[in-house]
Amino acid sequence: MKPWILHIALIAVLATAPLWLSPYHATNLARIMVLAVFAMGYNLAFGYTGLLSLGHALLLAAGMYAAGLPAQLWGWAAGPAFIAGIAGGGLIAAALGLLALRTAGVSFMIVTLMFAQAGYLTLLYFAHVTGGEDGFAVVSSGRVLLGSDLSTDTPRFLAALTIFAIGLLASLALVRSPFGRTMVAMRENEERSRMLGYNPFTVKLAALTLSGLYAGAAGAAYALLFGYVGASFATIQYSILPMLYVLMGGAGTTLGPFLGALLMFALIEAATVLTTAHQFIVGAALVVLILFAPKGILGTIRERWLRWLP
Amino acid sequence: MAPLIQTRGLTRHFGGLKAVDGVDFTLTQGEIHGLIGPNGAGKTTFVSLLSGRLPAQSGTISLNGEDITRLPAHHRARKGIAYTFQITSVFPRLSVFDNVALAVQSQGTRDLTARTRAALVRVGLDGLEEQEAQTLSYGHQRLLEVAMGLALHPRLLILDEPTQGLAASEIEGFKSLVRSLVPETTVLLIEHNMEVVMDLATRITVLTFGRVLATGTPAEIRANPHVQEAYLGA
Repeated sequence: MKPWILHIALIAVLATAPLWLSPYHATNLARIMVLAVFAMGYNLAFGYTGLLSLGHALLLAAGMYAAGLPAQLWGWAAGPAFIAGIAGGGLIAAALGLLALRTAGVSFMIVTLMFAQAGYLTLLYFAHVTGGEDGFAVVSSGRVLLGSDLSTDTPRFLAALTIFAIGLLASLALVRSPFGRTMVAMRENEERSRMLGYNPFTVKLAALTLSGLYAGAAGAAYALLFGYVGASFATIQYSILPMLYVLMGGAGTTLGPFLGALLMFALIEAATVLTTAHQFIVGAALVVLILFAPKGILGTIRERWLRWLP
Repeated sequence: MAPLIQTRGLTRHFGGLKAVDGVDFTLTQGEIHGLIGPNGAGKTTFVSLLSGRLPAQSGTISLNGEDITRLPAHHRARKGIAYTFQITSVFPRLSVFDNVALAVQSQGTRDLTARTRAALVRVGLDGLEEQEAQTLSYGHQRLLEVAMGLALHPRLLILDEPTQGLAASEIEGFKSLVRSLVPETTVLLIEHNMEVVMDLATRITVLTFGRVLATGTPAEIRANPHVQEAYLGA
């Protein structure tokens, strides 16, 4: 019961944020929540199932383009476009998994990285449709959901909060379910799982596909809420970011992705004020974290104090 | 009684080493079958071939008359072959409960908690549910292995040196546990503790250099001069 109360309390606090945050910061928080959904998906694959992917940018971009292109080309509204984005992320993740999950460990990292890079180059190659490096601004007719304009502050925040809340509660339910336990079994001891009757390939494929649904939802939300679709989201940077969020917040904790995204975002904001070399500060923070709290913030808290933390 | 497992000419070489070399072996439904032999005789390789951890080089394995030689390990587990590892292989960072629950839920998730607790009670690990598996004593980890095997409700339970690391007092409890499993479950027991094998097994197979040296009742095995020469050292 305690975990559910904690997660719902977090969502409730976030829901009040527009009341005590400036519109600028509330919009940033909406952005953080969307990125946190991406990181939650990454966490399902990496934190729980032990799949260290370097290709999640491909899945984010798949969701982004699967939502943005129909809106742009065929005038889809935000609702159907968003669903198309989720499906796009899941489909590409399943296809990626069918090929990449024949490998494991370092090979898996390299193969996922290569597929993501191939995806990025494909987006550039078809620049007349995708907009290439410059991308395109999503038409305003595609950013209307149930009569609300998602480009305005309140609907945008509420939409981001809703997606975040559903993603968070679904991931909590998932990791506490029997399937969540099976995912962790893959991370901990794949050989033993096989002797208990599990097919590691299908379990990992399912976990990666779920992860892709999250990435697709995040990509689609990003396109529809912030109005921009571009190939830069398919670059390696967007594969590394969710990993950093998860490592900072705590891999294999349900709240870690949000905490990591929030802190990393704040850190970059603060660093940008101080110096143009803000990437250096981010790097230094990560080195300190890996040295002194390799399990991330919530991973360390769970180990030391709160054993019940999911 | 019908054979549960039958192997014909089962072979697995590692380079020049003939770990398992043309083994014909029959396991009868409901028996406790001891598998003994000197170190390096191929016992663990042989049961790894049965469970599918290793692919067979040649020869066949059948389960209830069905050829399972080419079946992957997880399919064999689902068909009722449970293997408990010689080198303890639990999920070290998961709780005792989660370890056994993983075995239970592979059979379906109904009454998961109750069935998991029942398996823990059966090996006497109840009360340790929340403990992380890696913090258990070695003997308790062995029992956890057995609980995971039992929780699969296997037709064949392969126990690879289960009493290693158990205290003398725990061995008695373990013996009655194994006896309580038959005849619903057939047990294949690799064991170095001769007293345990002779006491538990209805039949014994002796392996040396990857080949079957003798098969028979404990009394026959004890009396067999070849076995005495090769193994018992009497």
